[in-house]
Parts: sequence; structure tokens; C-alpha cells
Amino acid sequence: MLEIQSIECVRDDRLLFSDLSFSVADAEVLQIEGPNGSGKTSLLRIICGLRLPDAGKIKWRGETIASNREDYYADMVYIGHLPCVKADLTVLENVRSLLDTRSLSLSNSIIEAALAKVGLASYEDVPGKALSSGQRRRILLAFVELSQAKLWILDEPLTALDVQGVELMESMILEHRQAGGSVVFTTHHGMQLDCEMRSVQLGQNKRKLQQDQDGC
Amino acid sequence: MLKAYYHLLMRDLRLALRNRHELANPLIFFVLVVTLFPLAVTPTPDALRAMAPGVIWVSALLAVLLSLDRLFKQDYDDGSLDQLMLSPNPLMILVLAKVTAHWLLTGLPLVIIAPLLGLFMSLPMDAVSVLIYSLLLGTPVLSLVGAIGVSLTVAVNRGGVLLSLIILPLYIPILIFGANAVDVATDGLPVTGQLLFLGAVLALAVSLAPLATSVALRITASR
Repeated sequence: MLEIQSIECVRDDRLLFSDLSFSVADAEVLQIEGPNGSGKTSLLRIICGLRLPDAGKIKWRGETIASNREDYYADMVYIGHLPCVKADLTVLENVRSLLDTRSLSLSNSIIEAALAKVGLASYEDVPGKALSSGQRRRILLAFVELSQAKLWILDEPLTALDVQGVELMESMILEHRQAGGSVVFTTHHGMQLDCEMRSVQLGQNKRKLQQDQDGC
Repeated sequence: MLKAYYHLLMRDLRLALRNRHELANPLIFFVLVVTLFPLAVTPTPDALRAMAPGVIWVSALLAVLLSLDRLFKQDYDDGSLDQLMLSPNPLMILVLAKVTAHWLLTGLPLVIIAPLLGLFMSLPMDAVSVLIYSLLLGTPVLSLVGAIGVSLTVAVNRGGVLLSLIILPLYIPILIFGANAVDVATDGLPVTGQLLFLGAVLALAVSLAPLATSVALRITASR
């Protein structure tokens, strides 16, 4: 279970949010909402420990993530705006190298099944540079699917995905939730999730902060 | 942990081998600078021999410096660096893997081609072997220390000048002892002291530079 305890984020002398607290239980889906520049990406990067909060703590299973990085990162997977796809590696190698960072060595057949699920069947040996941006995003979906992580942190996962891709993402989140996993995500596209979902609203009382473009 | 090191090392080597023209750049630079020198100055064997240690070492150092940008740039641009930082494995180990790959792809080729250039600059055989040893001990330090600078400047657009400013002062002791070892060897004097110094610096760099680099990377990512 993830606990966010009164965190604060200041970016370029602008207060994005302060005293923000919420928690994410197992099998819970949480959407971070807010206009551009309200700090959604910064919040997600703080939650996954890439960025330090200016105040407050993030706890995973009762321990702060800074003191417990190894266990936390074994349980957590994050995808951001960037595709993480190497142009010179094939689709299969790209997925493998992403999984290697998590020390997961899965058999080819398992990876191929996941690639088929995200709509990249028969693309295993195609180099990353030959893929469209939607297909690159789908590599990340395969990575998330195979990551064996309990907590998914997804920053705009629907970017560049087509209608089928959006449906796929929705069904992946539902499946993950049914398996007891939790999801924290942001999106500006409509995601029709057929389950209970909480949301955290950012940037409500801070109109003056919204003049700039997206936070990260 | 070792597996993570190995996998990342192999990934970087594979990526480099699929992009060979980039791989050749530092080596071509090294060979060109050293071969152009005799054309520009009096090419008597004595003059060349006197210049050789400095010319070869400075060229090797600059060749490594020019290639440093490659170390984290691509991973930073495509987001892979974030994934490395979110790995349950210690970031130090992953940094060490990337630096190892960098050295195997730039430092090692320089060491291999250096004896030829040494002979070209009419260095005696004894000095050529000292040249190999000194580069073998010195170039890994250049990669390791360079990684610290790159991790601090990777987020900066056109951080090349900044990188040189940060790194060059740290390179100077390596340059002095490396070139001096070869210089002394051309006079037939013992060079154990210089080589031991380079070895000590290498041991220090292997143990501390990955730590400093991983901290610097976390600072870069938190921006």
C-alpha cells in the first residue's frame, strides 16, 4: 500500500502543490487529474522516487521509499512520456532490455505472448526505428504487462494510442486490479474504466500557477 | 546484480555494434591528430621522439573526451535512463556496466592502435610497451571520471563546454603521469612509480566514480 504524506512540490519558484496526502490501497485505481502545468508529471516522478518532494514523505508498505528503494522498485513500474525504445534494437530486444533492468529473465514464448496481446505479434524482429509512435508505446505496455509489479504508475499511457490501444489499456488496468494490483495514472483522454475509481485533483486553488505549460 | 551488469553491458555493446560509424569516430580522431603532427613540425626522429609521449597522450585524452557525450545522452533522451534508475539493482552497478562498455568501445581501441602510432613517432620498443601499459591504466580512469561529468551535464543542451570545464582539471594528473611515464621510458629510466600511481588512481576511480556518477544522475533526474 502506497501512502503519500503531506508532500509539497516547488518548481522554478512556483508552488505546484503542498500538503498533498492520499493513499493507494491494493486493488485500487487512482487517477491524478488537473490541467496542464498543475504538476501531475512531477507528482508521479515524486511518487516513483525520481524526484524528491520539497516536503513530506512517500511510504510503500509502511517504509519510506528512500530507505527501501530496492523492495519498492521491485514492486513498482513506471512509464513516462518518453518511449524508452532503442531505434537499433528489435522489438523483442527492446522488451528484454527493459525487463533486464528489473532482473526479469522471461522465456521468449512469454514475451511473444505479451507482444501479441498488445498487438505487436510478428513484429518481434522489427527494429525500433521502423515502428510508429503508437507501436513504440505498445512496447511499453508489453513491458508493464510483463513487469510483475504490483503498483503501476502510468503517466499519460494513452498518448499516441489508437482506439484499440485505449481499450487494451483499459482492459489491462482492470485485469491488474482484479489481480490485486494498484494503478496510479494521469490522462487527458477519456478512459472508460468499468470499476470503482478515485481521483486526486491538482491545481484547484492555484490558478496563478497554470499560466505555464506542462510541469515536466 | 552481476546479471544486471552483464545484461546492460551486452545491450550497450550490441547497440554500438549496430551503429559502427559512431564507434570509429574517436579512433579516427586519435590517428589523424597523431599522424598530422609530424607533417606540421620538423619530422626528425629525435624531435618526434621527444614529442611523441605528449602528442599521443593528449590525442588519446581528447578522443575520449569527445566520445563521452555518448555515454548517457541517448538513454537520457529516450527515457531509458529513468528505467535504469528505477531498477531494483544498485545504480552504481549499472553505471559501472555503462562505463565498462564505453571503455571497451573507445579506450580499448585506442590502446590497441597506440603501439603503431608510437612506432610511427619513432619511439623505442621499451617506450612503446610503457605507452601500452600507461594507456591501459589511464584510459579506464578517463571513462570513469568522465562519467561523473557527463551525468551532471547530460540534461544541459550543448553541455560540451561545461563538460570540458568540469572534467579537464580531473584529467590533468592522468595526463601528466601517463605522458611522463612514456617520456621517462624513452630515456631508458625505470617507470614503476608512474605506473603504480596510474594503477592507484584507477583503483580509486573504480571504487568511487560509479558512486559519484549515480548520485549525480539522481540529481539530474530530479530536475
